[in-house]
Amino acid sequence: MQLIPCPWCGPREQTEFHYGGQADVAYPDDPAALTDEQWAHFVFFRDNPKGPFAERWFHSAGCRTWFRAVRDTRTYAFLPGSSA
Amino acid sequence: MTRLDGHGRIDRSRTLRFVVDDVAYTGHPGDTLASALLAHGVHRLGTSVKLGRPRGIGAAWVEDPTGLVQIEEPFPEPMLLAATVELTDGLVARGVGGRGRLAQVPDTARHDRQHHHCDVLVVGAGPAGLAAARQAARAGEDVVLVDDRSEAGGTLTGTETIDGRGSRDWAADVVAELAASGTVLHLQRTTAFGHHDDGYVLALERRTSGASRQRVHRIRAARVVVATGAIERPIVFEDNDRPGVMLASAARDLLHRQGVRAGSEVVVFTSDDAAYATAADLHDAGARVTVVDVRPTPPAAGPCLERDIVVHGNAVVTGAEGEDHVTGAVLGDGRTLPCDLLLVSGGWNPTAHLFSHVRGALRYDPELGAFRPGEELPGTRVVGAANGVLDLAGGLRDAVGDAAPAVVEQPRTPTTVLWRVPGDPARQFVDLARDATVRDIERAVGAGMTSVEHVKRYTTIGTAHDQGRTSGVIASGITAELLGRPIEDLGTTTFRPPYVPVAFAALAGRERGDLYDPVRTTVLHDRHVAAGAVFEDVGQWKRARHYPRAGEDMAAAVLRECAAARTGVAIMDGSTLGKIDVQGADAGVLLDRLYTNLMSSLKVGRVRYGVMCGNDGMMIDDGTVLRLADDRFLVTTTTGNAAVVLEWMEEWLQTEWPDLAVHVTSVTDQWAVLPVVGPRSRDVIGAVFGDVDVSNDAFGFMTWQDTVLDGVPVRLARISFSGELAYEVHVDARYAPALWDRLLEAGRPFDITPYGTETMHVLRAEKGYPIVGQDTDGTVTPQDLGMSWVISKKKTDFVGKRSFARAENLNPQRKELVSLLPTDAATTLPEGSQIVEFRADGALPPPPVPMLGHVTSSYRSAALGRPFALALLKAGRSRVGEVVHVPVGDRLVAAEIAPTVLVDPEGARRDG
Amino acid sequence: MTADLLAPVHLLDAWRARFEDLTVELAGRHDLAITLAPSTAALAVRVAPGAAAVAEVALGVPLPTRPLAWEPTLRGQSLHLGPDEWLVTDVAATSAAAWEAVTRPALAAVGAAASDVSAQYADLRLQGRAARELLSFGCALDLRPASFGPRTCARTLLGQSGVLLVGHDDGEFQLLVRTSFAGYVAAWLLDAAEEYR
Repeated sequence: MQLIPCPWCGPREQTEFHYGGQADVAYPDDPAALTDEQWAHFVFFRDNPKGPFAERWFHSAGCRTWFRAVRDTRTYAFLPGSSA
Repeated sequence: MTRLDGHGRIDRSRTLRFVVDDVAYTGHPGDTLASALLAHGVHRLGTSVKLGRPRGIGAAWVEDPTGLVQIEEPFPEPMLLAATVELTDGLVARGVGGRGRLAQVPDTARHDRQHHHCDVLVVGAGPAGLAAARQAARAGEDVVLVDDRSEAGGTLTGTETIDGRGSRDWAADVVAELAASGTVLHLQRTTAFGHHDDGYVLALERRTSGASRQRVHRIRAARVVVATGAIERPIVFEDNDRPGVMLASAARDLLHRQGVRAGSEVVVFTSDDAAYATAADLHDAGARVTVVDVRPTPPAAGPCLERDIVVHGNAVVTGAEGEDHVTGAVLGDGRTLPCDLLLVSGGWNPTAHLFSHVRGALRYDPELGAFRPGEELPGTRVVGAANGVLDLAGGLRDAVGDAAPAVVEQPRTPTTVLWRVPGDPARQFVDLARDATVRDIERAVGAGMTSVEHVKRYTTIGTAHDQGRTSGVIASGITAELLGRPIEDLGTTTFRPPYVPVAFAALAGRERGDLYDPVRTTVLHDRHVAAGAVFEDVGQWKRARHYPRAGEDMAAAVLRECAAARTGVAIMDGSTLGKIDVQGADAGVLLDRLYTNLMSSLKVGRVRYGVMCGNDGMMIDDGTVLRLADDRFLVTTTTGNAAVVLEWMEEWLQTEWPDLAVHVTSVTDQWAVLPVVGPRSRDVIGAVFGDVDVSNDAFGFMTWQDTVLDGVPVRLARISFSGELAYEVHVDARYAPALWDRLLEAGRPFDITPYGTETMHVLRAEKGYPIVGQDTDGTVTPQDLGMSWVISKKKTDFVGKRSFARAENLNPQRKELVSLLPTDAATTLPEGSQIVEFRADGALPPPPVPMLGHVTSSYRSAALGRPFALALLKAGRSRVGEVVHVPVGDRLVAAEIAPTVLVDPEGARRDG
Repeated sequence: MTADLLAPVHLLDAWRARFEDLTVELAGRHDLAITLAPSTAALAVRVAPGAAAVAEVALGVPLPTRPLAWEPTLRGQSLHLGPDEWLVTDVAATSAAAWEAVTRPALAAVGAAASDVSAQYADLRLQGRAARELLSFGCALDLRPASFGPRTCARTLLGQSGVLLVGHDDGEFQLLVRTSFAGYVAAWLLDAAEEYR
C-alpha cells in the first residue's frame, strides 16, 4: 500500500486518493477555434512516459484537494516535494 | 518411538491426540504435525503431483517442498505443510497427492486485520533480530518485532553461549527486556509475507487467543530490519525425493525443539560445516551416524573424531535406496551405507525475500553458493544469515555492530558449492513439489531457454507452495552449468509476495457478510423495512424496490404502485439523490460552464432540469437545479453519481477555474427527499401544509416554496419524474420519519401508496425519461437521447460543447433512444437484448448478424396495458413505425419502433 | 388529524442499546465504551483562500489555521477539514436553519459560504484504553499520541467508510460519520469489539 503525499494532509494511503490523469493539460482558450483533430488531441490524447510524469491526484477521502504531483512511472515513487 | 527424554522444549505434561491417514497418534503442545509424526517414525505423507512417487517430510519449516497435508479437522484446509501446522488436540489430516481440495462448507472462523506504525520493524526473532530489536528499544524507538515460529530465538539450540549465558537464556532475557520496555510490540507465530512500498509490511499472525483465528498485521515502519535467517540447500542426487531424505538442519531443529530423533541409522551428506553439529547432536542422542563430505579434508570433523563418527571425505552420495522409505545411501564409489535417515546439506540460501519484494537486487556470492542482498536500500537493512553472514558472532555484529554480545565459536570454513552429483538426470529431483528433475532443465535448455525466468516457467520449478526455497538457486546453478555460463550472469528468479501461502479469508478479514461493502441507508430505512419493502442495491445504497402486499409478486406490486401514481397518489423515498449546495457570487457561472443548458438565467424560486457532459460530449449526469438565492443553487444528481459529480465540480474549480468565487458542499445526507406523486398529490400536500397555496397558479410546475411545519423548515418543489402532478418534499433528515408518517396519514383517504424504485423506473420510462447509467453508458450524447432542447445555443462554451460538433457525433447512424413495443403485446424484452433487422422468415441468418443496438430498459406498463422497452437503436428516430427483431432465447420477437414518450405525450397531466 | 409535533430522530437510536450492552459486558475486563453524542447544529463553512481571518469575525467562531486541527468553541467545536473547509458545531443552537440564515450573508460578504449540515453526521464517541486499538483494526492513520493527539482531526477511512476522526483528551476519539454510512460504521465498531467479548 503506497503512500501518496497530499500537500495538505501529508502522506496517506493510496486508497484515499483518486487519480486524475496527466496534469498541465490546460482547457483550450477557444475550443470553437480548434479543428476536430486539435480538439481530439485535447480530449483523448495523453502522454505515457517511462519516467517522471506530472499527474493530478485528488485526496477524495481526506481534505478533498486536487493537486499536482510528479511520479516516476517506472517505480511509482513520487518525487519528493513535487506535490502542490 | 523416537521421542527422546531430556531433549526438546515441548510440554510433556499434556498429551494431544490426532489422526493422520486414519491412524491415531499422540503428541504434545510444542509439536508440529510433522514433529509429532516423526516422533512415531512416520515420514511418509501422500504422493507426488505428477509421478505419484511417495512423498515425505523433507524439512522442519516452510522450506519443506513435500510434507503436504489436507487438514480435515478442526476445519478443512488444503495443502498445508505438516511442518508448519501446530499440533492441536483432535487434529485430523491426511497426506495429499500433490493437490488439496477446497472445503465444501463455509469457514466460520473469524479473520481480521490491524494497522501498526513504528520506527523500526524487525522481522525475525533469531539472535540477529533480537539484538537489533533490543538496540532500537534501548534507543527509545517504537519497535515491532515479528517472528514466524512459536517462540523467539530462531535456530539457537541452547548449546551456544552468548554474553556468557546459554543462548536460549540470553534470548529469554532479551524477550523479557523488550516486553518491559513499553515501546515494543512482539508477535510470535507471525509471518511477514509481503514487503511493499514506503515501509509497508504485511504479516500474518496465527493467533492462539482473541476472537480471530488469523490476523493480518499491516505494519508501516520508518525502517525495516530483515533478520530472517537462511535456509539450508540440498544437493541433488538420484532418488533424492525418497521419504527419509531430509535437510540436515531440520533433523537438528526437530531434536532441539521437539526432542524428536528423525532416524537411528543416519547418513549425513554435506558440503558445509553446519551439518557436523547435526551429526554430533544425533550421535549424542543415540543415533548411529556416518558423514559423507564432498570436501577432500573435512574441516569440521573434530567433534566427529571425538565421537567415533565415521567421516568419509572427498566422497559423495549419488543415490538413495528404498521406495516408501530410504534404506541406504549409495556412495560415488559404489558402496551402499544402510540408513533410515539421509540428511543433506549443501550450504545456505539467505532468506532475502523481503529485500527482493522492494526491488532489492541480489548478487551471487561464490563463497556461499547463493544469492544475497547486493545493494543498499533506503529504509531496509538485511542482517545476519539473511545477509549471508552465517556465523553467530558475525551475524550479531552485522545486526548491531559494536553493541554485539560476545560469542565464542569455531570459525566457519567455506562451503563447497555443489548443485548435483553425477547420475541419471531423470531421477535427480530439483523441485520435489513439482516433480521437476535435472532432465526437465536439460529439456528447457535444449528448447532454447537461456533465462532462469523462462526455465522456471518451462519446468514449473519454483512455482509450488514453497516458491522454490530449496530448489531455486540449484535450478539456476544447474542451468548455468548446462549453458556453460557463470551463474552470476544468470541470476535467480524474482521473489514476490506472499512469502508463504496466505488464505483468502485472512486477506478478506472482516470484510465479508454484512461488512463486505458498506450498506448505505436513508433515515427512513426502518419505515421501509416495517412496510415490507423488498430492497435493491443502488451503488452502496439499499433502496426500497417495491412494497409487495400479501400474495403479490414484484410484477403485481409494481403494476399496483404505478396505477396509484397515475390515478391516485403515491409516495417514495428519494433521499438517496445526490445534493450539492453551490454558493458564491459566481455560482451561476460555474453551472453555466458545467451544464449544457443555461442555469444563470434561472430565477430564484424556480427549478430547471439540466444535463452534464464530459469533454467528450458524452452525458455523465442529469438532475434538477433549484435556485435558492442569487448566489445559491441546490443541485441534485443521480443517486449513483453524487460523489462523481461533486468531484467533477471540485476538479474544475480547483484546477481550471480557481478564480471563480464558488463553494460546493455535499448536503446529500442532510436533506430527506420525499416525492409525492399523482393526481391526488395536491390534496395530500395541501392537507399537510395548510399555509401553502397549492393551486397551480400559486405554485406552478418547476417552482419551489419554503414553508414551516411545526417549527421545522420544509421545502416543497413541483418536480415530476413521472409526468404526473407531483411535489418533492425536502426536510432536515432528522425530521423525515415523522413527516413521512404525517404524509401517509394525510394521504390515507386517497389510499396513498408507497412505491419503490422499480415503479419509479416504469413511470419515467413511460415518459421517455432516460436514466444515466442505465439508458446511457458513457458513449451517449444528449442528442442521442433526443434531448437537443437541453443544449444551450446561447452559451459560447460549456464542457462538452465542442465535441458535439465532431464529425462522429454528427453521424446520422448514431444510436438513438427510442421505444420498442413488442408486436405481440405480451413479451417483456430482456434488458440488454440485441436488436437486429426484421427477418421475414423469422430466423437469424448465419453470423455475423449486424447488430443495430440494444434494449436499455424494459417493463410492463399499467398505463399502457402492455410491455414496452427503451432502446438505443441506430438512426432510431428516423425509423419510428418500422418493425425490428429482438432475439430472445431461441426466438425472434418482433417489436415496433416508437417515440420515447408513450404516456401523455402532450404533458397534460403534470399540472393535475 | 391529531399527529404529534414533528419529532427529530437520532440517526443511530436503534444502535444505542447495543452500544450500552457492550459497555456493560466489557466492564472490569476491557476499558472501552462506545456512546452516541446528541445531535448538534452544524455548519459546513467554506472560506476562500486567505479569508479565514475575516470569516472568523463574520462567523463569531475561531477558525483554526493549522491543517487537521480543531478547537473547542464557546458552544461547540471548530474543525479544520480541508484547505478551505471547516465544520463548526453549536450544541446550543436550537435551529440550525436559522443559524445558517443569519450567518450566510455575513460570510458571503467575504466570499465565504455556510451550509446547514446538522443532519449530515452521526457523532460517536470511543473512550477507554482500548479505543485506539479498536480503531487500528480498520484505520490506517498513525494514531499514536505523538501523531494524532487531542485537538487533531482528519477525514480518513475506517473500514470502507469515510469518517471524520477527532482526537480528544484522555485518548478519547470522536467519530463523525455521514448518516447514510452510520449504520455500517456502527455495525463495524460492534463487530470489531468482538475481540473483547
